[in-house]
Amino acid sequence: MENPNAPHEHHPALQHHFHSMAQQLEASVLGMWVFLVTEVMFFGGLFMAYILYRSLYPDAWLAGSQELDEFLGGLNTVVLICSSLTMALAVRAAQVGSRKGQIVNLILTIVFGTVFLVVKYFEYAKKFEHHLVPGAHFDPARDPAQQLYFSLYFMMTGVHALHMVVGIGLMLVMLHMAWKGRFSAEYFAPVEISGLYWHFVDIVWIFLFPLLYLIGKHH
Amino acid sequence: MNHDIKAGSYLDAPHGIASWLLTKDHKRIALLYLISITVFFIIGGIFAAGIRTELMTPEGDLFTADMYNKVFTLHGVVMIFFFLIPSIPATLGNFLVPIMCGAKDLAFPRINLLSWYLYVAGASLTIGAVALGGVDTGWTFYTPYSSMASNTNVTLAALGVFIAGFSSILTGFNFIVTIHRMRAPGLTWFRMPLFLWAHYATSLVMILGTPVVAITILLVGAERALGFAIFDPRVGGDPVLFQHLFWFYSHPAVYIMILPAMGVISELVAAVSRKQIFGYSFVAYSSLAIAIIGFLVWGHHMFVSSQSIYAGLVFSIITMIVAVPSAVKTFNWTATMYKGSITWDSPTYWVLGFMGLFLIGGLTGLFLGTMGLDVHLHDTYFVVAHFHYIMVGGGVMGFLGGVHFWWPKMTGRIYPETAGKIAAVLVFVGFNLTFFPQFVVGYLGMPRRYHAYPEEFQILNVLSTGGAAVLGAGYLLILAYLVASFFKPRNAPANPWGATGLEWDIPSPPTTFNFEHDPVVTEDAYDYVGRARKAREN
Repeated sequence: MENPNAPHEHHPALQHHFHSMAQQLEASVLGMWVFLVTEVMFFGGLFMAYILYRSLYPDAWLAGSQELDEFLGGLNTVVLICSSLTMALAVRAAQVGSRKGQIVNLILTIVFGTVFLVVKYFEYAKKFEHHLVPGAHFDPARDPAQQLYFSLYFMMTGVHALHMVVGIGLMLVMLHMAWKGRFSAEYFAPVEISGLYWHFVDIVWIFLFPLLYLIGKHH
Repeated sequence: MNHDIKAGSYLDAPHGIASWLLTKDHKRIALLYLISITVFFIIGGIFAAGIRTELMTPEGDLFTADMYNKVFTLHGVVMIFFFLIPSIPATLGNFLVPIMCGAKDLAFPRINLLSWYLYVAGASLTIGAVALGGVDTGWTFYTPYSSMASNTNVTLAALGVFIAGFSSILTGFNFIVTIHRMRAPGLTWFRMPLFLWAHYATSLVMILGTPVVAITILLVGAERALGFAIFDPRVGGDPVLFQHLFWFYSHPAVYIMILPAMGVISELVAAVSRKQIFGYSFVAYSSLAIAIIGFLVWGHHMFVSSQSIYAGLVFSIITMIVAVPSAVKTFNWTATMYKGSITWDSPTYWVLGFMGLFLIGGLTGLFLGTMGLDVHLHDTYFVVAHFHYIMVGGGVMGFLGGVHFWWPKMTGRIYPETAGKIAAVLVFVGFNLTFFPQFVVGYLGMPRRYHAYPEEFQILNVLSTGGAAVLGAGYLLILAYLVASFFKPRNAPANPWGATGLEWDIPSPPTTFNFEHDPVVTEDAYDYVGRARKAREN
């Protein structure tokens, strides 16, 4: 461990209350992990509701899942996995100080994220057309318990999509900073922790995809 | 005292309203929080006065039943989410956690400021809901009443609570990172003041519990605003799921209110006894034990909510277990005072008051955690009395004790000692007179949340209302002399109580960056005996 009493390395990004860039990086990374713990608990409430209702209404869950397009869901899964790769490459590029590598990979990450949201838009639109949105316009011919399924579908994917929007916003900020050449081997904490956030949002989708799209698809 | 150092205090520079509203200094943010929560304590207190006035007579003559529902709902919402949850962590914690760590600030000063703005935004929305006619669901927002039936401003009030929740999450998040990463050299985990241990445990509850109630409130909002069905029994939804998710946070939330108060009392009890705290590591670990076990007891709120009796049995047993670490603390504080050199300063009065009230609150919690007895006591005034003994008798007494203890440090001013002692006695007597009769009237069967009651309960209710007046007078006295102290010269010594701890080694009030030289810690916490020995040798 670095000696905390060492004289300040006067890096312009070092905030006054930290002793060293290493301490600042450690604090930022731990901070993001703690934040991700709160995110796990936040999504956890939704997963709890999912577990309860799926065990109470397995048939409604099966029927609801039939209405989702597993091709589009699968496509989005591939898109997000690719975006995680480009995100990891962007962090690597920041650590080795390659400005070009950061810019290219951040742009690719933003593009993949946007593709995901566009696909999601078309999926949502179809649900409105088919009267699958819970509430007064829900198809009365269907088992009412399916409203629980679609309520959770919209809440889980909706909250996830909101996290994607925030992530794309973060990536735009990172792109701006990378463009200005702010990152180097000494200072890459913002890209690193934005990357942690991005991977977390991807992982949430890795859970959502099978839980929502793939019910009963194994036979 | 060196007056040049005081001139550089955090209170003076920089000047101007903007320098306060945009400050990143944890000490200024602590004061911003202190002012805001005091405003909400007064608002919540006014609603409480309304409740007690209505209950002076058996007839519902002051408020209609609907109006009364709103009054107690707003009392609960304001006091819990906008006063008690932020009370100690956001004020004393914000001020002291970095200083006790020997750091210049919290790890994320900007996020700390954001936390205050989120608090203000959430509080404003809730006050907006009050202005538009109030909310009547009770502070618990139980479905399906809150999601389907109530035609009051539930969505707005819930949104306010949702946003204020994130201010709490950000505070806890900042404390955890600060305690892990910003401690001074030599300040090992087991040299930390117990105030830090308590805040670390509190922060764990904040970051693990609050997000769950946030998503739960969001789901209720989606039901009301978008017509979604999550807890809606008409399509097979389960309203009891709401109760599970709600209490998964809201029971641990009680520990957000009491753990920091326990941390305050640990500091005070050592300082007023001039002794190392008895069983330091037990007190430290018991904070973590309360935080962790506290997550496993939420079902004791639902003994009569169709929960399986086997689940109830398990929750009942774990509830008994969570009382153990609280008892460990109480015994250790008492043992610390035993053969201590007790000083009769005003903080001593708050320490003793806290211990008496917390003891009663804790023991009556065991009554309620016993499943069979709870069926009788559920939703009666016994419950109301119990949680007020914990949250006000424990939480607020601890908060006020801490404010009295660290007031000279935070403001550089001295308040009149005698007034401080009178206020502590008034609050203690007034509190007991308010809430002890409620144990009795609840045991006799008076339900909570009604504006009228049978005539035979009147005498106990009048006692309670009289006590509330004494309690209110005590609080107003404190407000008066603390505000008045601002008009006095800033002449507090650096260490008025002769206490140990990094915060007492720096000027009162501290300078903007807390320490002139980065401190190095070479002794255990509360080394009063060692210090006295050194003083003798010199």
